[in-house]
Amino acid sequence: MVKIHKKTSQTLIKMNTTIDLGKGLVLKNPVMTASGTFGYGIEFADFVDLSQIGGIIVKGTTLHHREGNPYPRMAETPSGMLNAVGLQNKGVDYFIEHIYPEIKDIDTNIIVNVSGSCIEDYVATAEKINDLEKIPAIELNISCPNVKKGGMGFGTDPNQAKEVVSEVRKVYKKHLIVKLTPNVTDIVSIAKAVESAGADSVSLINTMLGMAIDAKKRKPILSTITGGMSGACVKPVALRMVWQVSNAINIPVIGLGGIMNETDAIEFLLAGAKAIEIGTANFIDPAITIKVAEGIRNYMKENNFSSLNEIKMDI
Amino acid sequence: MKKYIADLQVKENQHLNNSYFLLKLTSDQPLAETKAGQFVEIRIDGSKDVFLRRPISIHYTDKEKNEIWLLIQKVGKGTEQLSKIKSGEFLNIVYPLGNGFSIEKNFSKPLLIGGGVGVAPMLELGAKLKEKGIEPTFLLGARSAKDLLELEMFEKFGRVLTTTEDGSVGEKGFVTQHSVWEKESFDQIFTCGPTPMMKAIAKLATEKQIDCEVSLENKMACGVGACLCCVEDTKDGHRCVCSDGPVFNSKNLKW
Repeated sequence: MVKIHKKTSQTLIKMNTTIDLGKGLVLKNPVMTASGTFGYGIEFADFVDLSQIGGIIVKGTTLHHREGNPYPRMAETPSGMLNAVGLQNKGVDYFIEHIYPEIKDIDTNIIVNVSGSCIEDYVATAEKINDLEKIPAIELNISCPNVKKGGMGFGTDPNQAKEVVSEVRKVYKKHLIVKLTPNVTDIVSIAKAVESAGADSVSLINTMLGMAIDAKKRKPILSTITGGMSGACVKPVALRMVWQVSNAINIPVIGLGGIMNETDAIEFLLAGAKAIEIGTANFIDPAITIKVAEGIRNYMKENNFSSLNEIKMDI
Repeated sequence: MKKYIADLQVKENQHLNNSYFLLKLTSDQPLAETKAGQFVEIRIDGSKDVFLRRPISIHYTDKEKNEIWLLIQKVGKGTEQLSKIKSGEFLNIVYPLGNGFSIEKNFSKPLLIGGGVGVAPMLELGAKLKEKGIEPTFLLGARSAKDLLELEMFEKFGRVLTTTEDGSVGEKGFVTQHSVWEKESFDQIFTCGPTPMMKAIAKLATEKQIDCEVSLENKMACGVGACLCCVEDTKDGHRCVCSDGPVFNSKNLKW
């Protein structure tokens, strides 16, 4: 009986891969691209149908033009890499004038990652993006150092995290994602702080601070000596943090960090993420986003799940 | 130019000496159009030490045989692993990437200078120039005779001059010391090789007022201008070697 019921229901079930993250941010599937790994999307248009991606989070955008750090900015590490790009971008006005018109009609959620070095810059940038009709959300990168407070990262102190999110919240009326850094002792306290400051969701993890040394030359590989580690090697840490944060807050968690394939993505959904971002894997397989989206659909089909909410860990 | 992700079959893996090997790749499908100076990114799986794709310049394309050739030097774990691939196996590549050399420019007597593995794109460039009716002069430099590879291929498309550091073949010394610089004049330089060599050539080109294009090989990740890891500090600011380059006019570089 049970078997027949299952078979019948399988044919009747209409599978729904959409996910509503709240405040107007609805993804057609839970797969997004991580900022800084997918350009503005158009760089990958030859490889994937961009409209098949749940959301494209474009490059980190700051109030003013930034040249970024000197070369070398990248080091390959076991199962991953370090980068120290340093938020190279042409500034928010250039984005609005030259890039937004090129990408605004892509049939997906175009989300802008916003960075800054002081609260005023974050606020000014968010306010300008708030006016862009086709941008339903921003992702606030609070991993940056606060130059007015001795360079300590906004995201490493609950009070500073709360302050920057509260100020941005006052001017930004659409969906506000806050991206958390893993380089903290207690990520839950930061997540709770940004939730209380009015974030609509959190995404985690940003890169982990690391270092690579060239033994032959007896020199650090990166011009900045240290850099952000990403790739397959960070996944266990990312999963742990997504699990901890999902259990502690009531806003949606977007999981990222070392997702290389659909199985990795499903693990994040099981850990409590409502959606995921694919980052470094785009460099290895430029078509990975749509493969993961398809993989999640197949997983749902195999397990007779009709919605993403049914993907839950048995613990 | 449209970029593709393709599984190409290894038709031949020819070990030229201890450190160089030549891969000839093919496909059931017609290969994509490519330009001289463009490159491919090869996926190398199966090791935690080789995480990213490896950018390799296009050495030669044979339209009739539907082949793309890659001349590769073993310099690390990625190229070492790649050197072991056998004919019949498949390689996943993303291509064609980068801008390529500007062969549409107006010149009649180009000098194509390659040093070490930097000779690789010069063969395809020479072939494309010959197709256009321009006979190039190749100036190829290496440590010693055994590192001067595929001279017979270069000779198909133009005159070949060589230098070796030990004098075992051609003129002794560096490419910038070759006597041809005194004897003849050129109206375009294209070069690829070690940075000190290209810097010396760029300086010489400036002195002689010859337009000079150089191909850079900064360490890169995405290959499509998305990650901004491979930037070169140019007179126009940081530019991606993978998508704005790898070919730059030497006058735009801060050399």
